[in-house]
Parts: sequence; structure tokens; C-alpha cells
Amino acid sequence: MYRPSCLADLPRDTPAIVEGVEASGPLADRLLDLGFLPGTPVRMVRRAPLGDPCVYEVRGTRLCLRRTEAERVRVRPADSAEGTA
Amino acid sequence: MSQQAAAAPLRLGLLGSPNSGKTTLFNALTGLRARVGNYPGVTVERREGQTRVGDRRVVVIDLPGTYSLSPISPDEAVVAEVLAGHVADVPPPDALAITADACTLDRSLLLVAQALRLGLPACLVVTMVDELRARGGELDLERLSAALGIPVVGVVGHRGIGIGRLRALLGDPQGWSRPAILPPAEHAELGGWVESVLGAVQHQRPGRSRLTDAVDQVVLHPIAGTLLFASVMVLFFQLIFAWATPAMDAIDAGVGWLATRVHAGLGPGIVTDFLADGIIAGVGSVVIFLPQILLLFTVLYVLEDLGYMARAAFVVDRAMGRIGLEGRAFVALLSSYACAVPGIMATRSIPSPRNRLVTILVAPLMTCSARLPVYALLIAAFVPAERVWGPVGLQGLVLLGLYVLGASAALAVAAVLKRTLLRGEDLPFYLELPPYRLPPVRLVMSQVWGAASAFLRRAGTIILAVSIVLWALLTFPRVETPPDLSPPEAARMQLEQSLAGRIGHAVEPAIAPLGFDWKIGVGLVASLAAREVIVATLAQIYAVGSENGTSLRDAVRADPVFTPATVAALLVFFVFALQCMSTLAIMRRETNSWRWPLFAFGYLLAVAYAASFATHRVVSALG
Repeated sequence: MYRPSCLADLPRDTPAIVEGVEASGPLADRLLDLGFLPGTPVRMVRRAPLGDPCVYEVRGTRLCLRRTEAERVRVRPADSAEGTA
Repeated sequence: MSQQAAAAPLRLGLLGSPNSGKTTLFNALTGLRARVGNYPGVTVERREGQTRVGDRRVVVIDLPGTYSLSPISPDEAVVAEVLAGHVADVPPPDALAITADACTLDRSLLLVAQALRLGLPACLVVTMVDELRARGGELDLERLSAALGIPVVGVVGHRGIGIGRLRALLGDPQGWSRPAILPPAEHAELGGWVESVLGAVQHQRPGRSRLTDAVDQVVLHPIAGTLLFASVMVLFFQLIFAWATPAMDAIDAGVGWLATRVHAGLGPGIVTDFLADGIIAGVGSVVIFLPQILLLFTVLYVLEDLGYMARAAFVVDRAMGRIGLEGRAFVALLSSYACAVPGIMATRSIPSPRNRLVTILVAPLMTCSARLPVYALLIAAFVPAERVWGPVGLQGLVLLGLYVLGASAALAVAAVLKRTLLRGEDLPFYLELPPYRLPPVRLVMSQVWGAASAFLRRAGTIILAVSIVLWALLTFPRVETPPDLSPPEAARMQLEQSLAGRIGHAVEPAIAPLGFDWKIGVGLVASLAAREVIVATLAQIYAVGSENGTSLRDAVRADPVFTPATVAALLVFFVFALQCMSTLAIMRRETNSWRWPLFAFGYLLAVAYAASFATHRVVSALG
């Protein structure tokens, strides 16, 4: 089974859980402050007409991130047990 | 508390993320009496308003919207520094009102956590509680208050619901409850803290806004969304060009009537000429375009407040990314359609200083409303009012073509700048898509009025001043005309001998390759102050050179210098040239140096001359 490992690879409407943010400095802080905290459920809801960026649903908001930023958010499928992904 | 301390105003900081209802709350508290300026040394808008609670004055500080107190953009840096009391002349707030959209409380609590750690008295204002209920959400505000340890008020800002309770609370911030234990500072623990707060408030999460989801099915659809985007733009131009006409005709008639009354009432003489041909005609030629400007700003603000602007930015982000900019730059560029001044100010929302500078440098290429008077005059005079297809007319299409030319040039120049002068690493990109919300009529009206009055102030100050100087240039020195000359001939001779005529003749060799004569030369020199001034100048030139009562449109139509090639070259010149003192001034303010405005002026003048020359050659060859 295909197991997405980062937000950017998440297929549309597939529930996932944030595992962590792999970045340093301001980018990491900002992604966390926007709600991508470990354990947060997340879902990709739409891709822009030209393929990038994507809209993600996180903590009741819809945020649009480009691939470069979305690649920094590590995720696991929502149905898998914690820590095994 | 001593008498003096009681008399000192309370400084209340409004802190919240973008789209959290902060501005609506600010308006509800202060009744729109805002003092707007800049924070010292930076180009971030500073808005303060006043209100009174009991007999105490409350100064409400509308801090720029931010998702975090760890800043990455100039706006966010201001929030952090004001709160820390590091900004000269801006005392830190005595208390904070933190706004949080009830529908996105989950995410908003992350900013609340950071704010509570500042140690200031704080209350939480939960906005849009009506929308939460409409979407099936539930929130126990008393339990939220207990869980956070601070007062919590639910409001519906534009209906005034909850504002009374908030005002009562502002009477005594020192008495507000404080959290017993501060929220964790570490991100690793924050998720758990948010869960525990939400768990304690019996928070039934709101469902998705059905309306937003349904509308987004279309607006964000790859094909339907792109088509919609294109249709909105076409409609936009047709609308501002066609709908404004009746009001413009009425203003035109009013100005003409006023000038006639002045002539009739005061009799012939230099004072009459000054009033009728200098002041009334000059200001009138600009005020006439107010209907178009009102329509344009209304459409722009409604699109923004509805939530469409963020979608437009999302749809075009990839295209903007190709040239090295981002979706938000598109919003600033679209605002520049109204006026480069607010457009350049809107670049403040772009976090990356480099992208911001590129956007500022190309913003003057977007067709601002000050070009409309010039385009409208030339198109109405020289393009036949034929229907091409259904309601779409030839005049509208020519106008659309000029808009497209300006926009394409802006994108091309931006791409070149990002690959040459302004290369470098970009800041992270993110953009929130807020739910669609019908903007309160009062909010739109106040924004439109702000924009229109700013335009009028420009018309009233710069343009009036330039009109008077020009009138003097066109009138002096007085010359003796032979008595056998007819009055229009004498007036024309007077004009050719005037200072303005001499300047026009002096620049004529330089602009002759573009097909321009000395009269257009006078207009171009004058329009360096502001583009629309060329219309006032031509009005003066032709009012002087022809009989009273002939409209400017008929006057230019009758002038043989306006060949198709010359009209096309003049239109193209106006697409490119940076003829606007206000834009140069705002560039100076937004980049803190004269270097960039001078650079922009120079490169745009060179491009304008070259493109204009090429256009004149091509159209001459075709015609």
C-alpha cells in the first residue's frame, strides 16, 4: 500500500496525521504556528488549476501551501497506529 | 487609584490573526473614527481609534493581523515590537483584546497561548458566534473563560452583539482574571494544551460551511474557476466603462454650467478666466471620473471582503511563482488597477522584502484609474462606438487591450528583475482561504469612501496646484495680438507665445518621432505631476484655442495632429510611463530611499518612449 510520508505527497481527501515538521528556524516555527503540530489531523482538499499550490484543511481552517513548504511536514495515514508509520 | 491615573487613557491592543474579525471589532468599538498613519521608521499601517468607557478614555490600537508572535514579515515584526514596547512614540498597550474566529478557535488558540505568555491583562473576544451556531457548532464561553483563566466575550461585530459586554469589561482591565498557569511555550506541548482547553469547553466543532464548499467547487475548479476568473475580469472592465457614463455626463454638464455662470456673473477678465478656465475646468476634468473610481473600488473591496481575492491568489499562485512572485503579489497588482498608491501599500502583506520590492517596481504598469481619464478621452474621441458581439463594444475591447498590455509588461519586468537585480532565496509561502462572507454594507462603504476621498484629496491638492501653475504658464506672458485677428486665432497666438507653448515647442523635436506635437508635449510635461493632468491641460489648451462650449472630445477630434498612429502611440506611452508624483512619493516612503523610485521612473520612461515609437511606425505603415 502506498504510504505518503509528507504533506506534499498526500492524495486528495485522504485523512492523515501530522508527525512533525522537518525544517529549521522561521519556516518550522511558522508551519507549527499555522497549526501543523504533531498529532494534528490534516487533509488535502484541493489542488490549484496549475498543479501547485494545494489547499489543506488543518484545525478548522483552509490553508494553501506550495509544494516546497508542504514537503517539510511529515505525515502518516490517519488509520495507522501511532508511531508505526 | 489616584485622580490622575484614573484620567490617563487606557491603551487597548487588538491582537488577532487575519480574517478574525479584528477590523470589524475595531469599527464597532471606535465608530470608524480611526487615525491612520505609519509606525515610525517602517511602512506598516498604524490605526488607532478612541472611545469612552464611563469617564475613561480608551485608545484602541488595531495591531496588524498575525498568526504568530515570532515574526517573519515587517507587519508581524511591528506587532512583536509594539507589544514589547520597543517602538519609539508608541507606548505598549495596557491590556490586550485577542480576537479569535469562533469557527477556527482550534488554530486561534495557538496565538492566544503566545499572547497570554506576555503577562499583560488580556481578554478573549470570540467573533462570529452567529456563524458558529449556523454551522452547527457549540461553544461554552464560560467554560472557555475558566479553562484559559481570562475573561471571554462572544460578539457579532457588525451587528453590535456582545459589544456592550466588551465595553463594560474595558472599565477595569486591572481586575481581569489572569491565568493560574501559563500555556506552554514549547510547540511540542502546545497541541496537548489546545486539546485540553477544547475538551473542557464542550466544543462541538462547526461543520464545514456548506455555502463555502459549494462555491469553491466552482471557484477553485481547474476549468470553471479559470473561466470564472476571466469572466469576472472582462465584466469588471465593461462595468466601469459603461455604467459610469450617465453620472459622468451629469458631472460634465454641471461643470460646464458652473463655468458659464462664472463667465456670465463676473464678466470678461483675467479673474474670470482664472476661475472658469483654471480652477473649475481643471478640477472638474478630474472629478468627472469619480463615478468610475467609486465603481472600481466598490468591486475591488467587495471581491476582497467576500473572500474571492484569496481564491484568485490561489488560482494564479503557480503562474506568479513562475515569474518569481507569489499569489499575494497578484492581489497587490490587482489593487494597482484602482491606483498604484494603495496597490504599493498593499504589498505590505508580502512577507519577503525582495518580492515586495519587485511588486512595488512593477505596480505602476498596472492600469490605474488615473489613466482612465486619458484612455476614456482618446477612446471616446477616436474609437467608433460599435457593437462587436452582444453587449461587448469595440471601445471596451480597446480598453481591455490596454489593460492586458500593462499587466503583461508588469509580469515580464517582474520576471526579469527576479532573475537579475533582485535574485535570492524566498520566504515560506502560505495563504488562508477564509469562508465566504457577505461583507457588511457599512464596511464596504467606509472602505470605498476612504479610497475615493483619498483620490479627491489628490485632485484637490496636487491637481489644483498644477492646474493653477499651468493656467499661469498658458496665460503668461501676455502678448499684443494684431487687431485684425479673429478671437480664436488671437487666443491661439497667445497660447503659442506663452511659457507652456514655449516648453511644448522646446520638447517637440524629442517627441516628434512619436507623432506628438507641441500641444501633446505640454500635456506630457504637465502629466509628469499626475497622469490625469494631461486631460485638464488639453482642456485648457483647447478652451483657449477654440470657442467656448465645444467639448474637449470634439476639440481633439477636430485637431489634425491626432492621426490613428499618434493616438495609438499616445495610448501606448500612457501604458508604460510613470507619470505620477504620488506614486513616486509612495515608492520613496515604502522603500525608504529615492533610489528605487528614480530607477522605476527611468526604466519606465525608456520603455514608454521605445514602445510608443514602435507603435507609431507600425500603425503609420498599416494606415
